[in-house]
Amino acid sequence: MDLVLIAQGLLNGFLFGGVYSLMAVGLTLIFGVMRVVNFAHGDMMVWGMYLAFLLATRLGLDPYAGFPLCAAVLFALGFVVQRRLVNRIIDAPHEMQILLMLGIALVLENGALVVFGPDPRRVKSFLALSTVWLGPLFVDVARLVTFLLAGVLTGLLYLFLFRTDLGRSMRAAADNPYGAAVIGTDVRRVYAVAFGIGAACVGAAGALVAPFYPFQPSVGLGASVTSFNIVIIGGMGSLPGAFLGGLLVAVAESLGAVFLSPSLKELVSFSLLILILLFRPAGLFGGKVA
Amino acid sequence: MRLWPLALALVALAALPPFIGSYVVTLFTLIFFYAYLGQAWNILGGYAGQLSAGHAAFVGIGAYVTAVLSLRLGLTPWIGMFVGAAAAALLGAIIGYLGFRFGLRGFYFVLLTVAFAEVCRIIALNTEAVGGAVGLYITFTGNPAQFQFQNPRAYYYIALVLMTGATVAVWRLEQSRLGAYLVAIREDEQAAEALGIDTFRCKLLASVLSAFLTGIGGAFYAFYQFSLQPNTLFGIPLSVEIIMRPIVGGAGTPLGPVLGSFILSPLAELSRSYFAATGWSGGHLIVYGSLLIAVVLFLPQGAAPFVARLARSWRMTR
Repeated sequence: MDLVLIAQGLLNGFLFGGVYSLMAVGLTLIFGVMRVVNFAHGDMMVWGMYLAFLLATRLGLDPYAGFPLCAAVLFALGFVVQRRLVNRIIDAPHEMQILLMLGIALVLENGALVVFGPDPRRVKSFLALSTVWLGPLFVDVARLVTFLLAGVLTGLLYLFLFRTDLGRSMRAAADNPYGAAVIGTDVRRVYAVAFGIGAACVGAAGALVAPFYPFQPSVGLGASVTSFNIVIIGGMGSLPGAFLGGLLVAVAESLGAVFLSPSLKELVSFSLLILILLFRPAGLFGGKVA
Repeated sequence: MRLWPLALALVALAALPPFIGSYVVTLFTLIFFYAYLGQAWNILGGYAGQLSAGHAAFVGIGAYVTAVLSLRLGLTPWIGMFVGAAAAALLGAIIGYLGFRFGLRGFYFVLLTVAFAEVCRIIALNTEAVGGAVGLYITFTGNPAQFQFQNPRAYYYIALVLMTGATVAVWRLEQSRLGAYLVAIREDEQAAEALGIDTFRCKLLASVLSAFLTGIGGAFYAFYQFSLQPNTLFGIPLSVEIIMRPIVGGAGTPLGPVLGSFILSPLAELSRSYFAATGWSGGHLIVYGSLLIAVVLFLPQGAAPFVARLARSWRMTR
């Protein structure tokens, strides 16, 4: 097998991993703070993509400039979804939460289908066609910028959680909601903010991937499932686990595409998931299973 | 529970076909079929409380095994469906063994089932011997010995028998020792274990039984639709369809899946054709999703207890 091809696969996978990481970081934050699995995660990402598309086509705003706006809108969506819907069943059994999130996912996905239609779209960006050569390997500049921005956003989230009062109360509420309430934390509000931030992460991921990844409303389901894979592999609720897990899964899929065939790349991540579930359900970087 | 209203309803459904058009026949066939699949899921998801979100895998295996045996070896689906169901049961045993042996619960078990269904889908998509992405097509001969019928009312009756049979089976299960064990496991697994129930064995049995019945449903589906596509048969959307009926009707009750199917299947079918006519494809799934949200928020036990309460108060006011 051609070494250059393998190295190129590794590099592409690694750079795409930034997007995976950002998706997974959002999901793991929501789970870590309120023990709710956001089954609508991928569909929120789809709305991030279409918002970037709207900004680009209507206002001529490049996705690399417009992504904070997409993240802001998704923050509001996540906030409202938590406040109005998830909040009411936060103590209900798992299956009720899963069904509620599935219902929200159906509404979001098909809302996008009704508004934007089923045709695949791509958002134009001034970076999209430029490449840089590193010896025999080429680097897609759009992917590189997306990767760097995803890393910066994860870093900012980390600083937020560990260096600000709101972030600290979020971790407190995640650790012990009762104790946090006793010392005067508005736990419900913290939950809504956490859900909003999680949605903003995946919304930003959607906007940042839109220039080089053709999308349609139905990609949301796959994105949700991929996010779950990564978060389980990395360890549910673990931020570094989600980030590194994203890179790992992206590289594994990319190598799977090189060695097996592009249509079999998902098989690699699902096999990885099954192995992790069986032998280390807490994930590579997780603590104990909740 | 009084049985005569149910028996009456069954007689009415059996007498109905000569008086209704082919569209209504199709509608009822789908109601029965999804009620049947929901009932099969009910054993594992409703009674044992192990939420499987990958039941499409069993539909797909049952459908593919039956169809391949019929197309390649000429084995009649009347026998082939049991081979297909056995294959589905084997997969159910594997998933159950791995999941329960390693103590996966809640969300982790959900993901394990999803992952297995997706692996099946990707393998079917990439295996040329079973048609790959194009899928398999069954030529219509109209030969009843090959599970093919000129008259769509035949499928109506088969689906009615499947639904009734599965409902009676689940009702009997509920009365049985195993049924009581499963409910105990669902309510409090550690307490059940402390009482000496072999929870691993019970959950495994539930998984195998549920997968077997679902596999039979897959065989029916293949020979009702005359085509098999990996994305339809193994896809997550089908798994979600299977889960929704028992939950909406009332999971862990014998009539829940039936009730749920009578509510959801016509709604899905009618709103699908309505929205398709107006060019709003996807609209029906918005209705569907909203309904799911409403059920979780307002009827968390499903419609069955609600209907039972209504029936009781109606009886008392007389």
